[in-house]
Amino acid sequence: MSVAQFLTIFISAVFIYNVILSRFLGLCSFVAISRETKPAMAMSLAVMFVTTMSSIITWFIYRFLLIPFGLTYLRTISFILVIATFVQFVEMVIRKISPPLYRFFGIYLPLITVNCAVLGVAVLNVDMFFINGKAIPGSFYYSVFQGICVGLGYALAMLLMSGIRERLDLCDVPKAVKDFPLAFIIASIMSLSFLGFNGFKF
Amino acid sequence: MKKYFYEFLKGIIKENPTFVLVLGLCPTLAVSVSVINGIGMGIAATFVLLGSNVIISLIKNIIPARIRIPCFIVVIATFVTITEMTMKAYSPALNRALGIYVPLIVVNCIVLGRAEAYAQRQTVLKSLFDGLGMGVGFTLALILISGIREALGSGKFLGYTLTPRYEPAFVLGLPSGALLVIGLLLGFFNVLKNRKE
Repeated sequence: MSVAQFLTIFISAVFIYNVILSRFLGLCSFVAISRETKPAMAMSLAVMFVTTMSSIITWFIYRFLLIPFGLTYLRTISFILVIATFVQFVEMVIRKISPPLYRFFGIYLPLITVNCAVLGVAVLNVDMFFINGKAIPGSFYYSVFQGICVGLGYALAMLLMSGIRERLDLCDVPKAVKDFPLAFIIASIMSLSFLGFNGFKF
Repeated sequence: MKKYFYEFLKGIIKENPTFVLVLGLCPTLAVSVSVINGIGMGIAATFVLLGSNVIISLIKNIIPARIRIPCFIVVIATFVTITEMTMKAYSPALNRALGIYVPLIVVNCIVLGRAEAYAQRQTVLKSLFDGLGMGVGFTLALILISGIREALGSGKFLGYTLTPRYEPAFVLGLPSGALLVIGLLLGFFNVLKNRKE
């Protein structure tokens, strides 16, 4: 466990292998909610929270339930069920405790259950930080940190995209590429510029 | 018989999951580097769609409406696990190439979308044909995208070199190329649709 390792995780999760622009996880929400900055911001915060929490939960499940009992093939089922339950639970808690907060990002929470980014992070953590069915030293911290960084990468792409699309609303674009097609073309150019981070090493 | 054929056919053009419904784009873009990966992903998703559609329409009457989404997810995840284990056993190279996108079929919006919008209301046979049609439509879309990307990005098709003189445009093999191709294709289909109207 070293600082360099954490820096590598940070740079690769936020910039080089950005969840949206390079791994294509969470694309549906990315094109659907990035029309304006404010909802985009709320969605990003919600995603960041859920990726972090689900990294923690799935790590414990994998390490203390699936590995000891030899059930690693149940990874997909158990992860998605736990994430779905957790998201539902958080939604209920927020609705009870803080109605303003619920209005701010409550409607985005159910969407996150089927957001590929969340399950993607859980699967990636298991693939990267468990070797031959054993946790590598410090794997818990790496997993949680990767969860946070993936959320940050999502927020970054989301904010850039929504800023660009707000401006584009004022432009006269061809009817055929309005909305979705144009969003993908912009994302393609953004992804190209993120390619510049490739080869960044510590 | 005719109405079953219609259920099958609508997934291919009229309600194509990728180009018309714009669902399940994550795996579409990620695995479309080469045609063979695209076909592998298409077959895997078709199997999951078929299985989950049939099972969900069979048990639609005993699922309580409030917790239907978790129930659907469990059914879908079961089929994804079957696919994943089969692929690992019989085609490890394909499994490596598709990587984390195999378990991610669980959260593919097409599968859950068909369960929610179609299979939970229709008969078993109709759902079967719907799943098959959607799966074939998805596979064809994947072949189209990956064909363009492979042909222009590496000058090959299914691994065979098309013409030795062509200087490949590497950008199409990169993630940014995938986004560009899908953006332009969606625009192209919009033009076709507008002209029809």
